[in-house]
This record gives sequence, C-alpha cells and structure tokens, in this order.
Amino acid sequence: MKYQPVIGLEVHVQLKTDTKIFCGCSTQFGAEPNSQTCPVCLGLPGALPVLNKKVVEFAIKAGLSTNCSITPRSIFARKNYFYPDLPKGYQISQFEDPICQHGWLDIKVEGQEPKKIGITRIHMEEDAGKLVHGELSGSGDGSGVDLNRACTPLLEVVSEPDLRTSDEAVSYLKQLHGIVTWLGICDGNMEEGSFRCDANVSVMPIGSEKLGTRAEIKNVNSFKFVKQAIEYEIQRQIDLIEDGGTVIQETRLFDPNSGKTRSMRSKEEAHDYRYFPDPDLVPLVINQEWVERSRQELPELPDKRQQRFIDELGLPLYDAEVLNGSRVLADYFEAGVAAHGNAKLVANWVMGEITRALNDSGTSIEFSPVTPSQLAELLKLVDKGTISGKIAKTVFDEMWKSGKTPGAIVEEHGLVQVSDCSAIEGIIDEIMAANAGQVEEFRGGKEKVFGFFVGQVMKASKGKANPSVVNELLINKLKG
Amino acid sequence: MKISVVDVEQVARLARLELTFEEKELFATQMDAILDYVEKLKELNTEGIIPTSHAVPMENAFREDLVMPSIGLAKALANAPGRSDNFFSVPKVIE
Repeated sequence: MKYQPVIGLEVHVQLKTDTKIFCGCSTQFGAEPNSQTCPVCLGLPGALPVLNKKVVEFAIKAGLSTNCSITPRSIFARKNYFYPDLPKGYQISQFEDPICQHGWLDIKVEGQEPKKIGITRIHMEEDAGKLVHGELSGSGDGSGVDLNRACTPLLEVVSEPDLRTSDEAVSYLKQLHGIVTWLGICDGNMEEGSFRCDANVSVMPIGSEKLGTRAEIKNVNSFKFVKQAIEYEIQRQIDLIEDGGTVIQETRLFDPNSGKTRSMRSKEEAHDYRYFPDPDLVPLVINQEWVERSRQELPELPDKRQQRFIDELGLPLYDAEVLNGSRVLADYFEAGVAAHGNAKLVANWVMGEITRALNDSGTSIEFSPVTPSQLAELLKLVDKGTISGKIAKTVFDEMWKSGKTPGAIVEEHGLVQVSDCSAIEGIIDEIMAANAGQVEEFRGGKEKVFGFFVGQVMKASKGKANPSVVNELLINKLKG
Repeated sequence: MKISVVDVEQVARLARLELTFEEKELFATQMDAILDYVEKLKELNTEGIIPTSHAVPMENAFREDLVMPSIGLAKALANAPGRSDNFFSVPKVIE
C-alpha cells in the first residue's frame, strides 16, 4: 500500500517590537534573568494588561501580505493550562475571531507547478517564560524560570493541511520567513527562536479521503531540521502502520543529534484548554480605513519586486532572485540603478564584487562601506574611459578599505587609463623586441600567442592601458 | 442531573483543586443549577445578536510601543517561593 503524507504547519513569529504585547517592559534579548518584568508579565493579581498598538499593526501587515482577510472585530481569549513558565496559569491568545483569516501563499518547489497553500488563521498571543535546567546555585536539581520572555508578542500562523512533502513544507516556511523579515516585523533569527515551527504530520493510504491520525512535532528551529523531522516522522508512521500498529495523536520532539522524533511524555495528557474571552482585554475593532492605511504602508513584496526587476529593468530571473534575497540588498541595488542607470551592470557588481567583499569581511549589506552612489560613481569612471574595468576592481577594493571616493583614489594612485596611442605603441615596441621568438610564432600562424602579448602590455602598463586600444595597435604591429 | 460528580472531578483536576466528596456533590448540584439557568436563555430569540464577550461596551484600548521601567529584580523576586541566582526556582521540569 502506498501512502500520502499530509502536513500542516503552525509557525510562531516573534514580533520586533520594543516592548511586550501587554506591558511596557523591554523585549531586548539577553538581559539579566527576570530583570525585564513587571506585575503584568509576572502575572501578579490585579495587574491590567493593555494591548500594544504596534502588535496590531504588525499583525494586519502580516495578514495583508498573506492574502488574509482582516477580522473587523476580534477578541482575546484565555488558554488555560499549568506549566512553570506560564505565571498566570493561562496564556492570553485568540481563539474565536482571530485577527486574520482565510489567506494563502503560493509556493514553488523545483520541478513542480506553483501551488497554493491555504492559511487558516493568524492570531496574536503572548509568549511564555524560559525554563533553565541544572547548574543553578542552591537549587539542587530543580529548574529555573526566567520571565523576561513572558508576554513577548507572537503571531501564530496556522496553515491548512495542504502540504504533501517535506520540500513543500520548507518552501512554505521560507516564503513566510521571507515575508515577515521583509515587512520588518520579525528579525527572522531561528536559532534565537524568533521564527519557530510546529509540524502536524499524518499519513493516509493513497486515494483515501479520510485523514490519518496526526502527530505534532514541536519547536523545530531550522529549515534543515524541519525537512529531516518531517521525513523521519512520515517514515515512522508508515512503518508503524505496515507493522499493524496505529498512530496515536501525541506531541513529539525532534532531536537534531539523532535525526529522530520522540514522544513527549510531559504533554501526553489530553488537553482541555477551556478557552474563554479575556475580560481584561476589550474587543479589537479594525475598520476598513485602518486596513487601507496599512495596505498603503506595505513595502513592495519580494515576489512583485522580483517580477518588476525582470519586466522593467530587464534582468534575468536568476539576478532578480539573488537581488531579492533580502529587502536591504534589493534597496541597495535599486539605489545603485537610480544613480547609474545601467541595471545589468549594477546587478553584476552587487552580485559580484560587493557580495564577495561582504563575505570576506563578514559584513552585511546595510553596513557596506561603499554606498550605492559611490558604486555608481566608480562605474561612471569606467563608462567615461577614465579607468579600465580591471582597474575598477582595484579601485573598489581601495574604496572598501579606506572609504575614499573613487575619483580621489584614481588620482592619488595615478590609475587613469592610458588611451594615448604613442605611449602604448612605445610599450608594444619594447615587448615585441624582447620577445622576438613569440612574434615569429604569431606571424607563422600561431594566433594563440596574441593573448600573451596583451597580457605583457597590460602588465607593463600596470593595467592602465586601454584594452581596446591595446588590441587594435597590437594586431596592426604584429601583422607588421 | 446534567453534571455528575465525575464531571466535577474532571474540572477540579484541570484546576488543580482537591475536593472532598461532600464538596463534589455540593458543586455538582450548584453547577447543575447554573446550567439550568443558562438553558432558560435558549427560550429567547437571539438571532442576529453578537455573542457578548465583555460586559462593558468598550473597544480598542491601546498603549504605544514605548519602553517603561520594569520593577527591578529585588521586587520581581521578592515573593518568589524559591529563588536561585536570579531565577524563580521550581521543581525539576522534565521534557
């Protein structure tokens, strides 16, 4: 019997606000444990949570960018359960009427047609605190609770069970990750848990209408692990069924070391969260005007921008994809095009020299010492024939190191291209005299040695000779 | 009776409450009475009425995203039943 895997994803997106969702405590990462807390996020009796407006604005942007409709009136609910990292004994979340509903994303998997993946809902909620184990002074073998993260704003994005393979799941996640980082609402750091994923996986016989029992794999924190975890889980369930067993509904944890998932005993108890509307938080009403205002503020999304680079700037698909790898990179490129005009030339430099220099120095594009307008200035020097394309790379390296303008560097180092025929002729004559043997070879029909002469002339001129003038003069002289 | 002692035990367990048998019976009777009362509301026509989530007719209470001072470690941990370093200490949590 052949099986059809069915996968749905729940993604927690940590929002990049300065303060928590219901209080003014800072969300800065890495502070002393419990130093960023107050009565609200400590869950002290009588404290009143008040909604951070920015969280709502971010949620609307996420919804609009994933083709969701924005719920005109949404409410917050209490999700009740006991766990040491949850000080109130309930998490403030949304249950009925979440802020965004019924969206979709288009995913592309190599060798497949684009596919539409439904998004059931996006809701706002607070994060829990952090538990640490072992190595605490005077605690024996107890655990420690740090509530700095408690009340940090999250969006939970729930997909429909529309995904069929681990590759589709990864493609969906990358797409979503790209959108939230592009919008600037999440820093996208998966290792620090700013973008984390739970995967619901089940299998059913091919042709069956009835979904199999699903297992939920918790907190997988990289694209690679998501792929591994889903593939392992699919095979585990198939093996189990083939051996005559049945899959049980449970929560499982992925272990990156073994590449396996295992049952989480602590979560075995069937949950009954007893959701009810949180009386501390009044309903959230979002009118059409607010939605439209947010829509106006949306940046151009990666998909659209990529298409525009192809249609309007005439770039090949590959270039358009690479340059849209991040919003800042695309911004840099466009600023360069605005200052120079030749999109393909600027694209080559951004994907070539700039990317290489960034990698070598471990810098990211927003900290590039060479600004887009300086890059354009450099390329204009090449256009005018002031310097050769080859020298431009030397000048670029110097700009990167010193931060000086290209004009100043060219002048300082005497790098102006030599296009003067008599000067170049002088060099050619010397080289031909010194390499009489090769001259004979060339004249005897071995045209390959032409490259040797070009190299020698460029070397003797320290790269400053204008290559097209060199070519022309050399041909004439060699043919004698 | 719609609510049995077993139902009360289930709710008590979720709320981490320990009840005597007398309490369970008492609460079962009381909860039953509450449900009966709610049942009565079904007699009314509620078509087109939005479910009430809040008793006060208010909406959209926001704060701006501005950092306010936290209360500080000393106060935050003052009432902790157990403390180690700057953590609240709790019995070991196993995953």
